[in-house]
Amino acid sequence: MTASALQRLAMRNHPAYWAFVVHRVSGVGLALFLPLHFLVLGLMLEPRAADAFFRWTEQPLVKLAETLLVVLLAVHLAGGLRLLALEFLPWSDRQKTWIAIAFGFALFSGLLFLLAAW
Amino acid sequence: MTTDLDVQVWRGDSAGELQRYVVPRGDKQTVLDVVTYIQRRLDPTLSYRFACRVGMCGSCAMTVNGKPRWTCRASVERVAEAGSLELRPLRNMPVIKDLAVDMTGFFEKWQEAGGRFVPTSTRHDPIAVVPPSSPARQAADAGIECINCGICHAACDVVAWDPAYQGPAALNRAWTLQNDVRDGDHGQRLRAVASGSGCLGCHSMGNCARYCPNSLNPTGSIAGLKRLAVKAALKGEL
Repeated sequence: MTASALQRLAMRNHPAYWAFVVHRVSGVGLALFLPLHFLVLGLMLEPRAADAFFRWTEQPLVKLAETLLVVLLAVHLAGGLRLLALEFLPWSDRQKTWIAIAFGFALFSGLLFLLAAW
Repeated sequence: MTTDLDVQVWRGDSAGELQRYVVPRGDKQTVLDVVTYIQRRLDPTLSYRFACRVGMCGSCAMTVNGKPRWTCRASVERVAEAGSLELRPLRNMPVIKDLAVDMTGFFEKWQEAGGRFVPTSTRHDPIAVVPPSSPARQAADAGIECINCGICHAACDVVAWDPAYQGPAALNRAWTLQNDVRDGDHGQRLRAVASGSGCLGCHSMGNCARYCPNSLNPTGSIAGLKRLAVKAALKGEL
C-alpha cells in the first residue's frame, strides 16, 4: 500500500469508526460460525460422534478459538446495545465512553472464559 | 522557516493524476496559501475554489493528506507531516478539474431530504415566539451553523458506498427543520428522510462529526431522525 493510500485510510482512525468495523467484522464472523454451530448440534443425534467431538474441543488451540468466539459474541452484543442506545435514547456525547465499555466488556468476557476453561 | 514544502496536487478530472510542486514555506502559512502560491507563481492553469479565506464561506474544502479540511483553516505547520502535502479534490463528488468538484448532486440531496423551510404563517401574522430554552429549539440550534462546505459528505463512507444516500449534511438540515416549530412540512420531510436512501442508511461511523470544521454533529442529528422515523412508524404515520 502506498503512503498516500495509508493516509486516506488514516482518516477513519477514530473510536466510532473502529466500533463500526469491529461490529461488522464480529457480525460476519458469527454469521460464518452459525452453520458450524448447527452442524455440531446435529451431532447430538449420534452420541458417540458427539463424545469424540467434545474430546477434540478439549485441545488448547480449540479453547483459544472458543475464547475468540466468546469475545466476538460479547463485543457484538455490547456494540449492538451501544447502537440501540445511540439511536433510541436522546443523544449523549459519551459515545467514546460507551465504546470503551463495550470493548472492555468483550475483553473481560473473553478473559473470564479463558480462566474458566483452564 | 526556510525549508521547502513538497506538494503533490491532483490535476485533471477523475482520471487525472498527482503532480509535484515545490513551494517555499512561510510564517503562519495555510494550505490555501500553498494552493494560491502554486496558481499565482508556478502554474496558472490550476483550478480551485475559495472566497473568504477566513473560515466563513466553506468553499475551499479539499482533501489534505487524506483528510477533508477547509484549506484556509489548515495551517501547514499542523497538517504537513514530514514537510509534504498531498492535495486532492473532495471525495464523493465528481471532479470538474483539479481541486474543484461538482457540488450539484450534493445540493440536490438537500432538496431530496426536504431541506427547505415551509412557512406556516405570513408576514402579516405576528412574529412566532420560540423560547430559546425549549428542547426542540436547542436541538435545532445545535445543527444550524452548517455552511454547506461538503466536508461531512466527503468524509462519509456510506455516501461512498451508496451514491443515492442523502448524506450527513442534507440529513442534518432536515433534523434542524423537524425541530423548527414554525415549519409546516414535518410529515412529508420525515417520509423523505425515512426513505431507502435516507437516515436509516447511516452506520454511525461518525466521520461526519469527526471532520465537521464547525464542530457540528450530523451523526447525532441522523440518530434523532431515526428516532422520529421509528416513532412515526409505530404510530402508523409512515
